[in-house]
Amino acid sequence: MSKPLFILRDPLKCSGCRLCEVACSLRHEGTVWPEASRIKVFELFPGVDVPHTCAQCRDYPCVKACGYGALKPDERTGAVLVDAEKCVSCGECVKACPGKVMRLHPATRKAMVCDLCGGDPECVKVCVEAGFNALTVIPYESVTLHVYSIVPDEVSRRLYETLFGE
Amino acid sequence: MQLYGYHGRLLEVDLSRERSREVEIEPEILEQYVGGRGLASYLLWRELGGSWREVDPLGPENLLLLLTGPLTGYYPGVKLAVSGKSPQSNGIVGSVLSSEVAIELKAAGYDGLVVRGRASSPVYVYVEGDRVEIREAAHLWGLGGRETFRKLMEELWGELKRRRLAREGLTKEPSFVYIGPAGENRVRTAAVMAKIAHAAGYGGYGAVMGSKNLKAVAVKGFGPMPRAKRPELVKILLREAWRRLVRRTGFRQWGTGSGGYYFASVTSSEPVRNWQEEWHANRAFGPQNFEAHWVKRYWGDYGCPTTCMKISAIRSGAHRGALTDAPDYEMQAYLGANLGVLEPKACIYLSSLADELGLCGIQTGNVAGFAAELFQRGILTREDIGFDLRWGDAKAFAKLLEMIARREGIGDVLAEGTYRAALRISKEKGVDALQYAVVSKAIGVGAHGVRSAKDFLPDFSYAVCVQGGDHTSAPTGLRGYKSEVSSAFDDSAVICSFNSIRELAFPLLQAVTGFDIDEERWSREHGRRILTIQRVALLEGGPDLRWRPGLDDDLPPRFYEPLPSGPFRGRAANREEVAAKRKEYFLSLGWDEQGIPRDETLEELGLGFLKPAVSRLRSELEHGS
Ligand code: SF4
Ligand code: SF4
Ligand code: SF4
Repeated sequence: MSKPLFILRDPLKCSGCRLCEVACSLRHEGTVWPEASRIKVFELFPGVDVPHTCAQCRDYPCVKACGYGALKPDERTGAVLVDAEKCVSCGECVKACPGKVMRLHPATRKAMVCDLCGGDPECVKVCVEAGFNALTVIPYESVTLHVYSIVPDEVSRRLYETLFGE
Repeated sequence: MQLYGYHGRLLEVDLSRERSREVEIEPEILEQYVGGRGLASYLLWRELGGSWREVDPLGPENLLLLLTGPLTGYYPGVKLAVSGKSPQSNGIVGSVLSSEVAIELKAAGYDGLVVRGRASSPVYVYVEGDRVEIREAAHLWGLGGRETFRKLMEELWGELKRRRLAREGLTKEPSFVYIGPAGENRVRTAAVMAKIAHAAGYGGYGAVMGSKNLKAVAVKGFGPMPRAKRPELVKILLREAWRRLVRRTGFRQWGTGSGGYYFASVTSSEPVRNWQEEWHANRAFGPQNFEAHWVKRYWGDYGCPTTCMKISAIRSGAHRGALTDAPDYEMQAYLGANLGVLEPKACIYLSSLADELGLCGIQTGNVAGFAAELFQRGILTREDIGFDLRWGDAKAFAKLLEMIARREGIGDVLAEGTYRAALRISKEKGVDALQYAVVSKAIGVGAHGVRSAKDFLPDFSYAVCVQGGDHTSAPTGLRGYKSEVSSAFDDSAVICSFNSIRELAFPLLQAVTGFDIDEERWSREHGRRILTIQRVALLEGGPDLRWRPGLDDDLPPRFYEPLPSGPFRGRAANREEVAAKRKEYFLSLGWDEQGIPRDETLEELGLGFLKPAVSRLRSELEHGS
């Protein structure tokens, strides 16, 4: 069923509820663990909430950066998959990521990134169920050219201006 | 005993000695007191009970407690419980605010933070993982809420990134609670603040932070919530809670602001001009009109799909730059109708100002209304205040708020809170100003009057509540003293009382902790245990004020005056009825008619350590001292 897909984010609709973080960490870690959530919602100013997650850049800078072959894109979904056995925690992928999405797991220190839950992302499900629709799944082909994640500081600055003015 | 849902330790920071250490808490204590307000009551009494009457809440010997609960992170909406000996009531108040500091503390490996002593100059405490620092805060001292937030976030976020970004990637930002100028100046109506408008207002703990020279507490943790006993069940229950909360569309859309000016028009229970009335016909607030002022955005706390908060930002005109949440019903009432201010923008402006100054909006609206009534009656004059303090004059009230926060002129007297200010003004002016003080145990009552009997609080509620005028913890019915123990549950498990669904919260508590605590057992045992400690601490009081059982367990005089207007004109609380219900209520908790816990009750609840204090209270009452 799954085709390469993309999680579209609309920070204007984000409530900062963090159901996405809770759902993500419940699925991947079996417990509530904000720092181990693959999606993170930053709130650098009150009410200015920025959901931040992997954009699966099609040139995969993280994959290219890994000298140990620990990262590879999932052919079905387009997500970057981590082979924890091969990862030596060198952090080269972290440095290569333009949106600063890739990171090392706070406990295992292995590379950690959104795996799109195999094609049916939990974070999107809860966000939609809660009626916010700040996250939605769209087919990757509807994404134009080269997208990449923008660092949350930058999104936050723009969002602040949109909401509260200068 | 294997512990679930807790780390079993607190972080203790001693500002006088500039030291920190970890303190273990016994599993039995956690099972008996659970967390938050309950644990605070136990810890405070254990530490200070022996000399409770002598402890100055604004002295270095007081403790500031920031506590989580076993449901932190495991229940929709995160809350942090703040406590200590209250500079308002001299008892124990569990004051709860929305703050991810609770999540971060758990993530850093602690169930809470205890602050002792007093720093010699302004500091903030920073916890990052297992490192704890007491840092200089001179550059933050004196700053308003928003600047404090900006500066601290910039500083800490920058530092976190410098230290960790290249090595392990981007971490989430740290969280913090802080005080504004009001707390720094030890104003007894000062709140502990988070984000922009989140306040632990009841109790006056902003002043406690100020007295410790503590501007902020910032925490960044990296770990998971403590292990739950039955994680799979937790997942199921949590999802069910989300599903139910999502269905509450009205509350989600409007938050408590949906009640704005509704209580006044329909139930006649909203404070108007210092409670002289509880009714008005203005409809400027309420969903239809108020919506236009909101940034169209849901905004909520960690893990909460209800997201009852909304943001109001005024982007042009006289009040340009004002930024606050909603305001919620309490702010609409207390920084609106109670001051005769019935214009939404003016109310947003005053709320935003109270947030900026770090003042509790309820307590400050209460004391400002009190001052305005004294002006109306000619007891306080233009000379006393410096200007005319007329109903509805938002500019004048804004000036008053600034003066309170900075303790300037009359603001210095009002900064003591309504009750203490009334005592002082009575003495200086030779009048009885206490009759205009709408407080219980020196804590201004919530914006829910009892005269019409149409709001959710029954007539005797504020009279008996161990947290004074706190509307969120007063009993809501007689058969259930249950409701006061219910609020003790919310504040101890530390969950949002708007989201508290009994059939899910207790099973979640069991699934997380493994404790065999259901609603029935909570009411019979835990809730009563917590209220009993709070009651004894309240009666012990001191050093500047103490409460007389019976006499001070009463409503403010105003509630015995008939309502002068509105559909319930003429109604008032009845003294005999209040006295009778108070008695019945006290008995139902296992206390005597005066509200002094019986020895059997202390035995039953495992509170033998309260005996010396209780027998002293009893003999003082007998000998009339
Ligand atoms: S679930 Fe949706 S609305 Fe909530 S924080 Fe995540 S992205 Fe934002
Ligand atoms: S941290 Fe692991 S996945 Fe990332 S580049 Fe190094 S080895 Fe590859
Ligand atoms: S209901 Fe409102 S106050 Fe309660 S947790 Fe949710 S957003 Fe916060």
